[in-house]
Amino acid sequence: MSVLLQASGLCQQYTTGKTLFKHPTVVRAVDSIDLEIREGEIAGIVGESGSGKSTLGRMLLGIEPPYRGELTWRGAPMPAPGTPEWRRLRREMQLIFQDPLAALDRRMTIADQIGEPLEIHGLVPREAIRNRVSELMGKVGLRPDQAGRYPHELSGGQRQRVVIARALAMAPKFLVCDEPVSALDVSIQAQVVNLLYDLKLEEGLTMVFISHDLKVVRNLCDRVVVMYLGRIVEEGPADEIFANPRHPYTQALVSSVPSAGRGHAKRILLQGEPPNPASRPSGCAFHPRCHLADAACKAEAPALIRDSHRLAACLKLRAAPNQDQVREIHA
Amino acid sequence: MSLIWIKDLRVSFDGVQVLHGINLQVGKGESIGLVGESGCGKSVTWLAALGLLPQRAQISGSVTLEGRELVNASRGELEQVRGGRIAMIFQDPSSSLNPVQRVGKQLDESLRLHRGLSGATARAEAIRLLDLVGIPSAKTRIDLYPHEFSGGQCQRIMIAMALAGEPDLLIADEPTTALDATIQAQILDLLATIRHETGMAMVFISHDLGAVSAVCDRAAVMYAGRVVEQNHIGELFDNPRHPYTVGLFEAIPELQGPRRRLQPINGTVPNPRHLPRGCAFSPRCAHASDFCRSAQPALLQQPDGGQVACFHPVRDPRRTFSPASAELAA
Repeated sequence: MSVLLQASGLCQQYTTGKTLFKHPTVVRAVDSIDLEIREGEIAGIVGESGSGKSTLGRMLLGIEPPYRGELTWRGAPMPAPGTPEWRRLRREMQLIFQDPLAALDRRMTIADQIGEPLEIHGLVPREAIRNRVSELMGKVGLRPDQAGRYPHELSGGQRQRVVIARALAMAPKFLVCDEPVSALDVSIQAQVVNLLYDLKLEEGLTMVFISHDLKVVRNLCDRVVVMYLGRIVEEGPADEIFANPRHPYTQALVSSVPSAGRGHAKRILLQGEPPNPASRPSGCAFHPRCHLADAACKAEAPALIRDSHRLAACLKLRAAPNQDQVREIHA
Repeated sequence: MSLIWIKDLRVSFDGVQVLHGINLQVGKGESIGLVGESGCGKSVTWLAALGLLPQRAQISGSVTLEGRELVNASRGELEQVRGGRIAMIFQDPSSSLNPVQRVGKQLDESLRLHRGLSGATARAEAIRLLDLVGIPSAKTRIDLYPHEFSGGQCQRIMIAMALAGEPDLLIADEPTTALDATIQAQILDLLATIRHETGMAMVFISHDLGAVSAVCDRAAVMYAGRVVEQNHIGELFDNPRHPYTVGLFEAIPELQGPRRRLQPINGTVPNPRHLPRGCAFSPRCAHASDFCRSAQPALLQQPDGGQVACFHPVRDPRRTFSPASAELAA
C-alpha cells in the first residue's frame, strides 16, 4: 500500500491563561508525532481525553497548521491554509464529527445539505445535482422519501448518515472521523460502523477513526495508534495490539474495558488521573501512573522503538519485553 | 422482603405514554442493572419513583419503599426519602455540583439535612467521606471548588455526597458514561467496594453492558417503556431469551475473539407517540409473527428464575444470531 499521508515531527501547542498578572502557560497538545497513513486503510487513534487525538486529526486534514513538523500528501508538502491548492485539496479530505445535529444546518432539508458542497465546488452541473444527491442517499442507506426532511425529523443514526453522505459528495479519498458513533445508541452504532467499513471496501476510502471506544476500534480498524499526552505510545495492527498490548498504558487501557457478561477479569487499575497537558511529567509522561516505572522512566523520555511491524515507546520494553506480565493479563 | 417494589408504574407526558407498566423489585443490598437504549424509560422510571419528574408528568401505579407508598406522597415525606433513604447520582458530575460553593460546604449541607451533623463533626465526617471515595489529601482539598477537580474526581465527590445520608439504595444513572476508560474502571471499582462495605443496594442505569456486568447481580433490559427481560447477570448473558436482548448483545463488538462485522438491529427505536401495535419490538424483530403485531406479550416468570416478555423467545441464541457472514472478509 502506498503512503497517502505522512506526518513527521508534528507538534501543536496552545498558549493559555495569559492575563495581566499571570505568565502564559504553553500547552503542548501534540508532540513530535511521526505517522504514516496508507492508502485504503482505516487507522484508529485511541486515547483518553486530552491525549491530543482530535488535534492530531485536524492537523492531518491540514485545517490546523502545525506549530512544528511536516505533513506530506501523496509525497508533496501540504499547501498553506487558504491558498487555492489547499482549497482544491479540501475536496479530497473530509471530516465527520461526533454530534451530527451540530454539524447540520437545521433550517435546510437534508437533500439541500448533501447537495451544497457539490454546488460550492461546482463539480456537477446544476441539473445533475438532484440525481447525485439521491445516489449518495442510497449509498448511506437513507430512503428517497426522506430527502425533504429537516435534521430534527431524523433519528441520531440517520443524521449521522446525512453527515457521511455530505462528506462523500465530493468523492473524497481521505476521511477523518472524530468519535462518529459515540453519541449513538449501540444498535444504531453498529449500523454506522458497518457503513464506514463498506465505504472503505467499495470506495477504497482511507480513514482515520478517532475514538475512545476500544471495542469499536478493534473491530473496524486495520491499524491502531495509542496516544498518551500528545505522544504515540504504541502502534500496530488492531488485532495484535488488543490481544497482546506491550506498553503498560495500553495494557491498562485494554484491561479497563469490562466485557459484557463477565465484567472485569484480570485488570490493572491505574492510580490517579490522566495528567494535565499543561504540566507534563518529566521523562515518560506515563510514569506517575505506571506500576513498572522506576527512576530511569522519570528521567528519560522513551522513543518509539520498532519491533518487527509494531512500535512501542517504553524503556522497560527496550530492556526485555515483559512477556510474563502480558501473559498474566490474558490468562 | 424487597426494599423497593415498583408495581405497574405508568408515566405519560402531555398524553404521550412513555412507561407502560413497569414491575421491578430491588432487594436489600442487591445490585440491579437497568439497560436499554436512549428513550426506553430507564431514567424516567427512577425519576418518577422519587417524584423528580416535572409537574406535567402523569404518574400512576405504585412504588413502595419497605411498604411506604412514594407515588403521590407529600413533599415532606419525599424529602425524607430522597438523599436519606435513596440517593441518586447522574451522568455529568460537574453539572450536579454547585460551581460557586466549596465542595466541603456542599457535603456539609447533606450531612446537616440527613444526619443532623454540624460544625467540626460535620467537617470531620465530610473529610472521612472524601477519603472513602478516594480523593487524595482530602483534608486540604475539602475547601476547593468543583472546577479544581477533574471529571473523575467530581464523580467521586458526587458519590461522597450521595453516601452522606447513609442511603439504603443508591441510584446511579449512567455514572461512568462521561468518563475516560481508565477512570471508568476506577469508579466501577469504587462503587463495588462501597457496596461491599456498606451493604447498600444499588440500581445501575447504563447502556454499557460491560459496566453493568462488572457491578450488578441482576439486570433488567428495557425497550420502549417496558421491561422485556430480566435475569441474573450470568444467565442473562449466557442465555438471553428476548430477541431484543440478543440483538443488543450481538450489536456490541468484543475485545476478545475474532474480529467480525458488527450485527446491527435493523430499524430504529420507535417514537413513543406512534408505538407499533402489539409488541413494540416486532417491526425490528426477525422472529415476529402476525400475532406479535397484534397482541402485547406480558412479562412472564421463567423456570430459570428470569422473566421474559416475548411470544417467541430465542432458544439457542448463539446459533440463531451468528450467521457465517458475520466473519469479516479479510
